[in-house]
Amino acid sequence: MSFERREFLKLAGISTLLGLAGKGSVQALAQKVPEVPPYERPLTAKRWAMVIDLRRWTEQDSRDCIRACNEMHNVPQFDNPKDEVKWIWMEDFEHSFPSQENHFLSAEYHHKQVPLLCNHCDNPPCTRVCPTQATWRREQDGIVMMDWHRCIGCRYCIAACPYGSRSFNWRDPRPHIQGGDPNRLNREFPTRERGVVEKCTFCEERLSQGRPPACVEACRSGAMAFGDLEDPNSEVRHLLHENYSIRRKPGLGTQPEVYYLV
Amino acid sequence: MFDAPKVILGIILFVAVATFPIWFNGASGKVDNVPNLVYPDSTVYGNQCVLDAAYMKHSHMDLLNQWRDDVVRRGERIYEAPDGRRYVMSLQNTCMGCHTEKAKFCDQCHDYLGVKPYCWQCHIEPQGSF
Repeated sequence: MSFERREFLKLAGISTLLGLAGKGSVQALAQKVPEVPPYERPLTAKRWAMVIDLRRWTEQDSRDCIRACNEMHNVPQFDNPKDEVKWIWMEDFEHSFPSQENHFLSAEYHHKQVPLLCNHCDNPPCTRVCPTQATWRREQDGIVMMDWHRCIGCRYCIAACPYGSRSFNWRDPRPHIQGGDPNRLNREFPTRERGVVEKCTFCEERLSQGRPPACVEACRSGAMAFGDLEDPNSEVRHLLHENYSIRRKPGLGTQPEVYYLV
Repeated sequence: MFDAPKVILGIILFVAVATFPIWFNGASGKVDNVPNLVYPDSTVYGNQCVLDAAYMKHSHMDLLNQWRDDVVRRGERIYEAPDGRRYVMSLQNTCMGCHTEKAKFCDQCHDYLGVKPYCWQCHIEPQGSF
């Protein structure tokens, strides 16, 4: 048997301690003051980029990645499409890549669903129009960040973004997160309030703890790669070197940092 | 003086109305309802706040603003207190991880002073201790 005396004694000791401590132990477990060490080993890069392999992307990935992101970031779900708030979402190939809409496109791609998110552009138009600098491109790693404290809800950035990556909270989002159930909120991440714009942040809150973005972690097929575009040995650079890639609306000069392999 | 009784009555009425909040709150006992803070019985950091209680009492909002700017705008997450202890800068997780009952801590002074900080419109308050 693999269950040795030593293991048994350990388990018995821990159970006794928990039992003796009673309510105290439950309370200690309930208090989740974050530990410092994970934050000492953040994932860093000069320019974060994502490569999505559409050949390997599955319908299961669509569900997993979107769910993981929505749960992680308390993204509200509205019935009315006019109120829609989205960080990562699915769209037809022809609407994702309007300039690639050739006649007699291969059957596989004609109705292909493509995962879309903020492109974290090198030359982001959204940050240029923000009157309060509530959104800006981080110099250290290229992430197009948002400061929800500072957003005044003018929606210039929504008008400026050519990818539809930004959403406005027309209504109070709280009752629409996880069906309005406060027990299902992610209590480690804030919500937004009415009158604030939100979008994907490449999970910078997870990168700071040394963890990859939630969608990348949830993608079981491995079709999503995330890494440093400035590092010639990174996975994203290898993928881009070995495969033909496309980006959304490259002619606009925004230099999107989400690449798609087709 | 013409119409002295009317003028005097008017002055008395004016003073009574102008000072209404003071005497009304005094009479209703609201003034005696001073903040009664319940401090967390936390073993996590040995019953010690990030900075000393006197500073936190009058300047916690400055510290929170500094944390907000460090985290969101500068991407820095670890705060080192003067005594060398290190904390993850987070209102929702670090502060509220100890101060688990907003109603018995934050709200006590904020309500008393009529301050309405909008932290909680986005940051999720803890569900309270058991």
